Amino acid sequence: MSILTSQHNPASDEAKAREAHNRGLLSDLSTALQTAGLGGSERAREKHVKRGKLLPRHRVERLLDPGSPFLELSPLAAYGMYGGDIHGAGMITGIGRIQGRECVVVANDATVKGGTYYPMTVKKHLRAQEIARENRLPCVYLVDSGGANLPHQAEVFPDRDHFGRIFYNQAQMSAEGIAQIAVVMGSCTAGGAYVPAMSDESIIVRNQGTIFLGGPPLVKAATGEVISAEDLGGAEVHGRQSGVVDHVAENDDHALELARRVVSHLPQNKTTVLAQSRAPKYDPSEIYGILPEDVRAPYDVHEIIARLVDGSEFDEFKALYGKTLVTGFAQIHGAPVGIIANNGVLFSESAQKGAHFIELCCHRRIPIVFLQNISGFMVGGKYEAGGIAKDGAKLVTAVATANVPKITILIGGSFGAGNYGMCGRAYSPRFLFQWPNARTSVMGGEQAASVLATVKRDGIEAQGGSWSAEEEEAFKAPIRETYEAEGSPYYSTARLWDDGIIDPARTRDVLGLCLSVTQNAPTPEPKFGIFRM
Amino acid sequence: MFNKILIANRGEIACRIIETARKWGVRTVAVYSDADAQARHVRMADEAVRIGPAPSAESYLKGDLILNVARDTGAQAIHPGYGFLSENADFAEACEKAGVVFIGPPASAIRAMGLKDAAKQLMRKAGVPVTPGYDGDNQDADHLQAQADEIGYPVLIKAVAGGGGKGMRKVDRAEDFPEALKAAQREGQASFSDPRVLVEKYIENPRHIEVQVFADSHGNCVYLHERDCSLQRRHQKVIEEAPAPGMSPQVRAAIGQAAVNAAKAVNYVGAGTIEFIADGSGALSADKIWFMEMNTRLQVEHPVTEAITGQDLVEWQLRVAAGQPLPLQQAQIPLNGHALEARLYAENPETGFLPSTGPLEVLRFPSGVRIDTGVEEGDVVSPHYDPMVAKVIAWAPTRQQAIAQLSEALGQTAVAGVRANTAFLKRCLDHPDFQDAKLDTGFIGQHLDQLVPDAAPTPQVLALALAAHLPSNADAAGQDPWDRLTGLRVVGQPHVQASFQIRDQIFTPRLRGRDFVLPESAHDLMIRQGGTQPDVVLDGERLTARCVTGPGFCHLFHQGQWWPLTRPAYEAGADGAGNGKIVSPMPGRILSVSVKVGDEVASGAPLVTLEAMKMEHVLTAPFAAKVTGVAVSDGGQTQEGVELVTLSPLEDEASA
Repeated sequence: MSILTSQHNPASDEAKAREAHNRGLLSDLSTALQTAGLGGSERAREKHVKRGKLLPRHRVERLLDPGSPFLELSPLAAYGMYGGDIHGAGMITGIGRIQGRECVVVANDATVKGGTYYPMTVKKHLRAQEIARENRLPCVYLVDSGGANLPHQAEVFPDRDHFGRIFYNQAQMSAEGIAQIAVVMGSCTAGGAYVPAMSDESIIVRNQGTIFLGGPPLVKAATGEVISAEDLGGAEVHGRQSGVVDHVAENDDHALELARRVVSHLPQNKTTVLAQSRAPKYDPSEIYGILPEDVRAPYDVHEIIARLVDGSEFDEFKALYGKTLVTGFAQIHGAPVGIIANNGVLFSESAQKGAHFIELCCHRRIPIVFLQNISGFMVGGKYEAGGIAKDGAKLVTAVATANVPKITILIGGSFGAGNYGMCGRAYSPRFLFQWPNARTSVMGGEQAASVLATVKRDGIEAQGGSWSAEEEEAFKAPIRETYEAEGSPYYSTARLWDDGIIDPARTRDVLGLCLSVTQNAPTPEPKFGIFRM
Repeated sequence: MFNKILIANRGEIACRIIETARKWGVRTVAVYSDADAQARHVRMADEAVRIGPAPSAESYLKGDLILNVARDTGAQAIHPGYGFLSENADFAEACEKAGVVFIGPPASAIRAMGLKDAAKQLMRKAGVPVTPGYDGDNQDADHLQAQADEIGYPVLIKAVAGGGGKGMRKVDRAEDFPEALKAAQREGQASFSDPRVLVEKYIENPRHIEVQVFADSHGNCVYLHERDCSLQRRHQKVIEEAPAPGMSPQVRAAIGQAAVNAAKAVNYVGAGTIEFIADGSGALSADKIWFMEMNTRLQVEHPVTEAITGQDLVEWQLRVAAGQPLPLQQAQIPLNGHALEARLYAENPETGFLPSTGPLEVLRFPSGVRIDTGVEEGDVVSPHYDPMVAKVIAWAPTRQQAIAQLSEALGQTAVAGVRANTAFLKRCLDHPDFQDAKLDTGFIGQHLDQLVPDAAPTPQVLALALAAHLPSNADAAGQDPWDRLTGLRVVGQPHVQASFQIRDQIFTPRLRGRDFVLPESAHDLMIRQGGTQPDVVLDGERLTARCVTGPGFCHLFHQGQWWPLTRPAYEAGADGAGNGKIVSPMPGRILSVSVKVGDEVASGAPLVTLEAMKMEHVLTAPFAAKVTGVAVSDGGQTQEGVELVTLSPLEDEASA
C-alpha cells in the first residue's frame, strides 16, 4: 500500500493556534460530558445509593467484561432541553462487551426524574435498539423507570416512533434471534412493564424491582385494594407466582452477574478474522493542529486520513479525477474500509466518482467510512446545465442503497444536499459521530441571512418601500444567531441527529470498534436503484 | 550392591530413595495404601504392591505385611525412610530373622537410643556432654529442690510422661521452686496419671544443633558436620540449615567427635543423627552444647548435609547396608558453602497452621533449587498422612546468598487447591533476625505476628488481581479492537471496573487512568499492558505475580501466597429461599409434622411430610430458622398453596 506523506508542521504557529482552539473545544466537550455523566442531582444520587442500588453508570460497568471498551451512545442527549438538567435524557446507552460478545446496553437513570421517558429518552432508547437490530447485537435493558414522563405524554406516547415502538422493536428483534434481556432493578410501571415481559429472559432484584401495569395508588383508586409495591409486583410475585421474570437476584451486583450468565449462553455470531492493527505513521492527536478554527477554511483531508488509518497507508482510487472527493482503500484496526472524504465542493465528476467507488465497496463487501466536511454541491448555470442534479442523484442513490456497513464522521461542515450525498443521518449509516468543530445546517448562517434578506428587500422594494442597511442588519442578526445555535454539534447531539460527539484523536479507535461491531451482522448482496444516466 | 529393594514408606522420601536406587541400577518395590494408589512414589517405582487401607496403622505400619511383600517380590533389603517403621526395633529384628536387610541400624542400637533416660545415662558414660539435670527416682520435694539448686537456676521442671508443654514449669529463683513443683506434679497427674517429674537446666536461647553421623559394619564412624534446626514451631522443624551459623571448626570437631562417640557407644551402623541443645545466648562453645537424643534413621533434613558435603546419603546407606565400608574417611568429608531447606506444608498459617487437604490444583516450582517432593500437580493431599508437600533446598557459597535464593524460590513457588505455608516460610527467611542468625527455638513463637502472612488481600494483591483481569493488550494479528482497546471511552481516560472474589470477600476495584481507588485508601497504580504479563507499578513499586488461569478462575501467586480469584458469588445469601412461608405444593394428606412452634431448625431440616399422587413429599427448611407458625397436624388434608409452616430466619433475629 502507498503511505501518505504529511505536509503538516506541528511546530508552526498556525498549527499551534489551531491546536489550542481545538483542544479548547474538546475541553468544553469533556466538561459537558462530565456534568451529564453524573446523572441526577447529588441528593437524588445519594438517595438512590442509600437504597442499596448501584448508580446506573456503575451498573453498566459491572455488567461489562472488566476492561471492556464502552462505546457510549448519545451521552449528551437532551442537552440544554427541558430546563437543561435531564442529563443524558435520563438514560445511558452504549455498546460494550459482555462475555466476549458486543451487546447494546440500555440503562435507565432513576436519579433523573425517576428515569421517566422524555421525548429524547424515547428517541435514545429507539436509536440504541436500531443499532442493535442493524448489527445483530443482544440487548440488555437495565430497567429502573417510572415510564412515560406525563407532562410530555403527547410527545412520547402514541406516534410510530414513540414509547410503543420500544416493545415493537423487542418483538421484532426477538423474532430475528437477537436476544432481549431485561434486568428489573427498580420500577417497571405500566407500559414499562412490557420491557421485562417482552424480553427473552428477565431478572429481577428482590426488594427493589417491581413490575406492574398499575401501581399501588392506581390500584387503590380503581378497586380499593390496598397493597404494597413489593406484594403487588415484586420479586416473589413475579419469580414464584406470575412467571413474569425468570431469575431472582438478591441485589444489583447479583442481578448483573445473572445477566452476564444469561449472555454467556447466547451464540457467538462474529467470525471475523481481522488483520493486525498498526498505529498510523502520524500521531492522531496532531489532528487538533490541522483543523482550522473556521470551519469554512480549506485544508487537505489527506492529513486527516493519514492520522486515522493503519500505517497511514491509503490506496487512493481515481486520485487525479474529481479531486474534491477523496476515495480509497485502507485498514482501520485491521478492518478493511473504503474511505470517502470531502476535499472541497462536490462537482459532477466527484459525485460520479463517489458513486463508482461505493459500487466497488459493495461488490467487495467492504464497509465505507464517510468523512464529511461539505459546503454542498456546486451551484450555477454551468453546473446545472452540466447535470449536477443528475450526478448528485447518482451519489445519493449509491449512498442510500449501499448495503455494506456505512459509518459517517462529521469532521467539519455539513451543509445542504452535501449532508445527503455524504451519508447524513437520513441515509441510515450504522453509526454517525461528530467532532466538536462540526456544524450542521441546510446552509451557512450568513448565506441564509443573505438569502432571506434578499427576498425581503425584493418584496419591500417591489412595493416601493425602502430598507436601510441598519434595518437589514437588524433583520439578519437573529437569523445568523439561530443558525449559529442550531448548527452547533451540541444542538444536533441533544436531538439525536448523531450518536455522539467524539474526540478527533480517538476517532480511529471509535471507528475500529464500530467496524468490528458491524461484523456481527451479515452483509447482503449488493443491490442498487436506477442511476439516472 | 542389592538388585532390588523395597521401600517401606511413601511421599517424598520414598521418591528420593527410588531416585538414588535407580542411579545404582537397583530395582525398587513400592508399597502403598488405598489412599496412595495413584501416588507419585507408586508411579516411580519399578513395582508397587498394595498393603492395606488408608490409615497408617493398617498399611505403612504393618511390618509383617511389608515383609511378606519383600519376600514375594524378591527384595533383598528394606529401606524404611523416616517415620513409620524406621525406628521400630521389632521390625528391624523381624527383617533380620526373615533374611531381609534392614537399611538402618541394628535393633539393639535402636532400642538403646529409644529410651531417652537410658540413652542419656549411656551418653554420660561415653563422655558425651548431657544437659545438667536430675531424672532419678527420688521424687521427694526437698531432694528435687536440692538437685535444682545444684544445677543452677533457671531450671525446668518437666513431667516424666510429659509432652506438649503440659506439666512443664520454668523456675527462675529457688524460692519459687516448691510452688512450681506442686503445679507440675498436679498437671502431670491430671494429664498423664503420673506425677513424677524430672528437673533440668533451663537453657536460654536454646538452639537445636544436630550432627549427622555415619557408621559402617567395619568399625568406621564419621560425622558429616552439623545442621541447625532451630526454626521450629511446636517442636516441628520449619527451616533447617547447614552448617550452623557461628560454628567454629574447633567446636564442630568437638561435637562431631562427641557424636561419633555416642554412635560408637551403641555399636551404631548406618545413618544417624545426634541432636544437641546449644546455649545460643552467646558464641557457640563446646561446653554449652549438650546431648539431647539420637535419631536412628535418615532425617527429613538430610539434603542440606548432602548439599554442603556433595554426598548422597541414601547411596551411603545402601552401600553400608550392603556391607561395604564408608566411601569417605573423616578427613575427606568436604564442607562447602551453605544450604537451607524449607519444609513446604499443606497447612494454613492464618488459622493456626491447621492442615489443609485436597487436590493440588496448581503445584509449580522454580528451577535452580532442589525440590524433594512426593506429589505432582493434580495429586491429592490426603488427611491420612503428614501434609508435607515438598522440601525446597537451596545451596550457595554463603549463608546470605543461600537465604536469598531460597526466599526467591519460595516467592516463585505456586501451590493452589490447598493452603500452604509458602509465604510463612518466605517471611521467616526474610526476617532481619534470621538473616543476622539471631535464632533460637523460640524464634517463630516470638515473631509469629510478623511471620504469619496477611489473611486479607493487600493493596498489592488487589492491584495484581486487577491487572490479571485486564485482557491482554498484545498487538496480535486477528485480534479484535474490542479486545485490545482496554477500558476505552469515547472521550476521557480509559476506565476499568473489575469485580472478583477472593475466598469469601468480594472486591470491585476501579481503575480510571492512573487513579486506583480502593475501598479505604487511594493508591497510585499504573498498569501497562503488553507482552505476556502486564507491568504493574503500585506507589512506585513494581509488582510481579504468577497467574494460572482457567475457565472462571484465576490463581494469583504473590510472594508465595495463593489468592484464588473467582467471579463473585453474589447469591451466597438466601437466593430463592423465599419468605419463610412453607406452602403446600399440591393437594394431599399430611403424613407427619416434624416441628412445633418455637423450634429452631437447620437449613434442610424436614418440616412436613405430605402424601400426594402416590408419592411422599418432604418439605424442608430453606434456611436456618425458627418456627413461628404451624398450621397443620398429622393426618390432615391440605390444598395447593396453603401455608403449612411459617419460618423466620435465625440471622435476622440475631441482627435485630
